[in-house]
Amino acid sequence: MNKPLLAVEQLSVSFNHRQTVVDAISFVIYPGETFALVGESGSGKSITALSVLRLLPNNARLSAGAINLNGDNLLKRSEAELCKIRGNRIGLIFQDPMSSLNPVMTIGSQIEEVIAIHFSLPKQAIKQRVLELLQQVEIPEPQQRINDYPHQLSGGQRQRVMIAIALAGKPDLLIADEPTTSLDVTIQAQILALLKTIQQQTGMALWLISHDLALVSTMADRVAVMQQGKIVETGNTADFFSNPQHPYTRKLLNALPSMDSCLAHAVEEKPLLLCVRNFSCYYPIRQGIFKRIVDYVRAVDGVSFELQQGKTLALVGESGCGKTTLGKSLLNLIPASGGQVKINGTDLSQLTGEPLRQQRAHIQIVFQDPFSSMNPRMLVGDIIAEGISALHSAISLDQRKEKVRQLLRQVDLPEDSALRYPHEFSGGQRQRICIARALAVEPKLIVCDEPTSALDVSVQAQIIQLLKTLQQEKGVSYLFITHDLAVVAEIADEVAVMYQGKIIEQGSVAQVLTRPEQAYTKKLLAAVPVLKI
Amino acid sequence: MIILWTDALIFILMAIIVVLAFYMRGQAHIKRPLQQIGSSRIGMVSLVVLLVFVLIGLLDSLHFKAGDEQKNEIISLLDYWATPLRERGEKTYSAPFATTLYSKEMMTLADGSRQWDYPRLVFGGRHLDDPETQRSADIVQKGLYGFMQGAGLVAFCMLLSWGMLAEQHKRFMRGSTAKAVWAAAFVLVSVSYALIHLSVYYHVLGTDKVGEDVFYQAVKSIRTGLVIGTLTTLIMLPMAIIFGILAGFFRGWVDDVIQYLYTTLNSIPGVLLIAASILMVQVYMANHEEAFTSVLVRADMRLLFLCLILGVTSWTGLCRLLRAETLKLREMEYVQAAHALGVKQGVILLRHILPNVMHIVLISVVLDFSSLVLAEAVLSYINIGVDPTTYSWGNMINGARLEMAREPIVWWSLSAAFVFMFALVLAANLFADVVQAAFDPRRSGNE
Repeated sequence: MNKPLLAVEQLSVSFNHRQTVVDAISFVIYPGETFALVGESGSGKSITALSVLRLLPNNARLSAGAINLNGDNLLKRSEAELCKIRGNRIGLIFQDPMSSLNPVMTIGSQIEEVIAIHFSLPKQAIKQRVLELLQQVEIPEPQQRINDYPHQLSGGQRQRVMIAIALAGKPDLLIADEPTTSLDVTIQAQILALLKTIQQQTGMALWLISHDLALVSTMADRVAVMQQGKIVETGNTADFFSNPQHPYTRKLLNALPSMDSCLAHAVEEKPLLLCVRNFSCYYPIRQGIFKRIVDYVRAVDGVSFELQQGKTLALVGESGCGKTTLGKSLLNLIPASGGQVKINGTDLSQLTGEPLRQQRAHIQIVFQDPFSSMNPRMLVGDIIAEGISALHSAISLDQRKEKVRQLLRQVDLPEDSALRYPHEFSGGQRQRICIARALAVEPKLIVCDEPTSALDVSVQAQIIQLLKTLQQEKGVSYLFITHDLAVVAEIADEVAVMYQGKIIEQGSVAQVLTRPEQAYTKKLLAAVPVLKI
Repeated sequence: MIILWTDALIFILMAIIVVLAFYMRGQAHIKRPLQQIGSSRIGMVSLVVLLVFVLIGLLDSLHFKAGDEQKNEIISLLDYWATPLRERGEKTYSAPFATTLYSKEMMTLADGSRQWDYPRLVFGGRHLDDPETQRSADIVQKGLYGFMQGAGLVAFCMLLSWGMLAEQHKRFMRGSTAKAVWAAAFVLVSVSYALIHLSVYYHVLGTDKVGEDVFYQAVKSIRTGLVIGTLTTLIMLPMAIIFGILAGFFRGWVDDVIQYLYTTLNSIPGVLLIAASILMVQVYMANHEEAFTSVLVRADMRLLFLCLILGVTSWTGLCRLLRAETLKLREMEYVQAAHALGVKQGVILLRHILPNVMHIVLISVVLDFSSLVLAEAVLSYINIGVDPTTYSWGNMINGARLEMAREPIVWWSLSAAFVFMFALVLAANLFADVVQAAFDPRRSGNE
């Protein structure tokens, strides 16, 4: 093989002299290749990238044998010399394009800024280069877009601008830190295709940092797996996925939800639980000094579906399609604008005040973000008991405590968790607490609003397994809102695809995932990165 | 025993604190943050300093009628103990530890001749025959004597508590925090003893324009500072919290009404409002002379109204902050989950919103406490602050203001007020920092 572009030897990073985040790792990246660093959150993969560019936070301490870029040891370079390397020799793309772009500068001037730092060009030439870059990242009508502000662009376009900024210095190496995590599947596919095209055009090396093994298998030439600050396995993509060596790698691969599992679901008729007819939820658009309502945003627009007892309906769609609004307005957390929601024959949309409060026991919700869905100042025991004391006030304190212990056992948490605060738990454990809280009032239906998308792959698999077990034990139904089709295959009995506030396709999971009828569903399925073995 | 209005409020406040302390002792999950405060060196040292200030303030709040009936003078326990300081006035300015006045005067000597010289003080350094030679040695000797007394007292307390503690509790005494607390107590008590002992013979911080002891003034001002800081906060807090949270949580017309209220109130210049209400109180007191017989009662009424009106004008800032925070919190998923669980709105407000805005309340209370002590000084400057007869740091600074232009400069009034104010505000700020860190679960986890 030829000479490596970047060679990192024995890199260690620790915080506050105690916590070692990156533990003596070594790897090389060759010119023109795509190298993927894979690991779960907290494994130290982003810190590794930042430490190569020496962009670590102040309380971090870096020690390394050498970080060689083209044979030039970056550790021996001063801060001023590193500034010339950042952006010029090594480009960087972050996960969230919105917070990486300055909201009060036009995208044109943000790209110009980078070009002006690294190349001394006349003004006209810089302008020309900006247009070239915008064309290169396939932004339509770059002449007009150049004067747009970040908020005027869509998420995918913003990430394209970020790529343009990273490319402005003509780098030899582009570091992409979870470049598509905050994007929808279809857009994710476009961005990945764009990165590939640019790599072929410029011949630069791409260092991809990701937690998504399926994505990595489609993109990378070589893969390294990181676990708790150490690289546990490195190899060519083909070997890596067909013959994983390390037990942790195998665990990761096994935890991946598979699209094939949908065929295993048994079809069996059960009594009807939830019946939604012509349900809609509009947000008014107000204008003028009198705040007149001029139009509505039709977040949910005439949706109808049914759900049987003990079954799971997955609601699939991209961000902004109204699936979360639908979930929340079913619980009356967002006022509905019309239609009917019947649960066990009771029409919820007719109820207000006290009767509505009593009916809330039937339908519960588990949110996406396990960090913001629990009051940080309440003990876990009180969080779980809250619903019991609100809806079943007749239950005595001792019985309530016993019930909390029982719920904690059911979600596989130690009983003494009740006397601890939410921040003492990991993301997966918190999601278990949220599930226990929802179960406490013995609901018939739980709306799961992307319960696994904030979690790591292996934890995600555990939570899905837990939800399945609970469904078998208690016969509870789930309305499972997600954008992840692989998870859908794993858990759902039926699927409804939402697009712009409407359900465009509905059916059993096997039918929708294997024989989609609508073009949009086909596009969604095609965009899902599938593990290539 | 005479109970003034502010005295009553102070003792009610103390009672609330004691009850709260007892309530918190029984709560298992509050124990941890309390232990964290207890193990913080800065927190405990600033608590010791604060407690000394509070103790002086409390002593100064126990009022009773002094000696004979004719004088009709109301004094506090502190005044009683500091009677020598209170009554030994000089003619005019004298520097700290001085034995003579600050400026030369024409004196008539015993033989009838007249001389232009610094006259001896009536009380300061009276016991010395030849101040020039004896003074330094005398100050050191008396200071050391007082210091040793204080040191002895602390050492005695230390030994006593060591002897009385059971064996398993002795580890509390060995920790670095306990050492810091004892060291702080040692320094504070010994220095106070030295100052008290010296102040019998000298004016340790000098005297002011009318010859009053500045040390006495500064100590008396502690109560005024504490009253303005705490009572105003007490008046302001309920309004700010209730209005802020209601506006943010319910939005709609409730929000509109509360916003109109505070924007209107905010657009009236605060100084005008304060001036108007102070004038009203004065007119009221002039019309009802029979109810306000002594100077002290009048001054106290004015102080109380100053607190009231400062409270009424200063809640808007905190209210705005709380409204914004509540707007954010009500969209949090745990609030939505509570809605979904059928928890009643009042309970959501108390259980989910209020505890999560308390850190803002705590920070702004401490910042306001400091700025209120300072505001008192500014208001005294334009004569709408506390009564001119009330001892306060503001009045001291106001009085010393003109003397800054004097040559040689009269610096002690200003410095004394500054040092006392600085110590109080710094201790309060540091303590609040520690309290806040301990009661915020998100921060206590990683520290």
